[in-house]
Parts: sequence; C-alpha cells; structure tokens
Amino acid sequence: MDKQRRKFLKIAGVTALAGIGAPALVRLSSSNALASEHGAAEEHAAEAVHGAPVEAAPQGVRLGMVIDMRKITAQPELLDKAIAACVDVHNIPQFDNKKSEIKWLWKAPFENVFPGESSYHLAKNVEETDFAVLCNHCDDPPCVRACPTQATFKVKANGIVAMDFHRCIGCRFCMAACPYGARSFNWQDPRPYIKKYNKDFPSRMRGVVEKCNFCGERLALGQEPACVEACKGTGAIVFGDLNDAQSEIRQLLDKEFTIQRNPSLGTKPSVFYIV
Amino acid sequence: MYNKGTIIPGLIIFVLFVTFPIWFNGLKAGTLPKPELPPGGEKKCVESVEYMRANHMQLLNEWRDNVLRDGNRTVVTVEGKDYRKGLQLACMQCHSNKEKFCDSCHTYAAVKPYCWDCHLSPKEAVSKEETH
Repeated sequence: MDKQRRKFLKIAGVTALAGIGAPALVRLSSSNALASEHGAAEEHAAEAVHGAPVEAAPQGVRLGMVIDMRKITAQPELLDKAIAACVDVHNIPQFDNKKSEIKWLWKAPFENVFPGESSYHLAKNVEETDFAVLCNHCDDPPCVRACPTQATFKVKANGIVAMDFHRCIGCRFCMAACPYGARSFNWQDPRPYIKKYNKDFPSRMRGVVEKCNFCGERLALGQEPACVEACKGTGAIVFGDLNDAQSEIRQLLDKEFTIQRNPSLGTKPSVFYIV
Repeated sequence: MYNKGTIIPGLIIFVLFVTFPIWFNGLKAGTLPKPELPPGGEKKCVESVEYMRANHMQLLNEWRDNVLRDGNRTVVTVEGKDYRKGLQLACMQCHSNKEKFCDSCHTYAAVKPYCWDCHLSPKEAVSKEETH
C-alpha cells in the first residue's frame, strides 16, 4: 500500500513538472521560427522607409476632369453656362435659401475651395473669380465607406462615384464623410422648385441625398458631360480617362501644373485645377 | 359546452364582421380595371402580356440594377424600335398615360408604388417643358 502511494506521488510529481514545463518548451522550440519571421518583417519595413512605397499600377478607366481656371477667369460666363446646363439636364431644384440649396456643380471662392492653401496676398484675378466646384469622384471615396446601404458606390467600369437614389435612406452619413461638401440633402420636395423638366431624367424626393454623377447617363449615350459640352471649344473643362496616357486630359496634366482639393486626406480626387 | 348561448352568436357576429368587405360588395370584386393600351398603337411590349402583368415590378428592379449598378444600359429593341432601359425611357414612351395605365390597376389593387416620387410621368414632364 505504502509502496503504491510512493509510486503514485512520483508519477504525479513528474506529470506536474511536465505540465508546467511544456509551454516553456513549446515557446522555446517555436521562438526560432518567430524570430526569423520578425526579421523578415523588419527588413520589409526598412525597404519601405528607404524607397517610397510603390503604388500598384492603376487598372481600368478612371474618369477625371481638369478645370482650367485661367479660361474661366477670362470668361466667367462659361461657368454660368455650365451650371445652367447641369441644372437643366439633372432636374436640379433652385431654392432661394442656402440651407435647402441642391448643388451638383457650383461656385465658390478660392479660400473655400482650397482651405489648405494660403490665400494671403492672393493674385487679384484668383481672388475675384469664383471656382467651379463639383464632386471629386475620389479614387478612395469616404462617402462610399460611410454609406450604410451602399446607395452610393464606385462604378468599377469608370471610377465614377455614383448614387442609387432608390436606395438612399437619407441618413446623411455621406454628407458628414465628404470632405468637399459635394453632397446636398433634399429637405423638402424638390419638384415645385424645378424650373424645367428633362423628361429623360428623374427628379429626387424629399429625404434623399444627391450630387454630381459625372453625367453617367450621358456618357452611356456617347455624349460628354453637360458642363463639358457647355464649355465646348474653350478648353475650360477637360474630361477624360486619367489612366490612359494618350488621352487629352493626360496630355494636359503632363503639361500644366495642377492642384487638387485637399490631397493630404488621401481621397485621391479626380478633379484637377489649373489656377 | 358552457355559455353556449353567448359563444355561438358571438362567433357568428365575429365572422360576419371580419368578412364585411366581401359580402358588403355583394360577393363581387368590383369592376375590373381596364388599363389603356398604348395610344400610339404599339402592339408588342418587351415581354409577353402575361409576363408583364405578373412581373413588371421585378423587370423594373432588374433594369434599375442593370443600369445603375452594372452599367449595363443595352437598349431593348421591340419591333425595330429601340428603348433605353428605364421607366421614363422605355415604358412611358408607349404607355404615355400614367393615369389610365399604371394608376388604373394600382388604385384597384390598393398598391402605392413609389416610382412616381422621383420619376416623372409624361404629363408632369410636359408641364414644365416650356417655362424656363
């Protein structure tokens, strides 16, 4: 009996030791693998520090726009024409009060369009001209990430940040997310405030957010966006594929110095300005 | 059964009350709506009459997703005439009277589709065509 108890205690002791020691052993044996992995990660990080991170070559079509403010400064009525064309094509209501305003393409002064740039001692012509502002159709759009119903989304085929008004629940998260103020909310039924109907395009209803759609419906018919068409021949607004090195817009971007609205946010706007 | 005298008349009254809409109209479904055929004389729709009668709402939803989501705006050709996918772009081109076509059945069936909250009926579209 005594002998058996002695044996039991021995076995129990060894088992307990093994139990306590096992995790340490496992850690020891795997630490080699871990260490090598860690080293690789460090090397990788070092690479990123030395050379700028390499961005993957862009794929497919990405529609963009260059707005030549020199031309609009010379002929400010061009912008009015473009806005009027946009309003007509998209059944945009015209409200008198700022709060209800629906904006697809609109005018704003330099310091509001480029709040990050200094507007101290700004050139007179820039200070006095209103800039054309519209949705930037960002490559990485914050509004799309904010939308809980996927009512706003990026069209894979052309990079347009589009909206499906059927699906919008009017939560306005996208308006909060958009750093460019490019979205407007229908606080009231817009129909009575639409001056002229385009019978090929719907209006919107109360409680829906809307914004510029880069004239997706016109592009499908092989037409240019309404604002581009309104400024035709002047070169004030150039529209095209940013990923196509041969396109008119790329030729212009290669030649001229352009700025984008708040590029530091990393949204990669597709609208460029020549000031 | 206890309280037979109250329960049975009570049940009868309940059944009569619940079926009120049926017997009050003389066991008839009312005059059936006759949606107006296209005033332009078009005889063929994008699908058969039976299909459209039963499934036009699904077709419209499919078209909506095709156009907005998938960028698939291929035109629908009916007897040599092209129609772009869309309520305003295709349907209302022939069925130009919303009140006599869409509404006749929708009112009868007491359904209120919200298409017209945004989409313009031909009558509405014309109402603001001239003014500028």
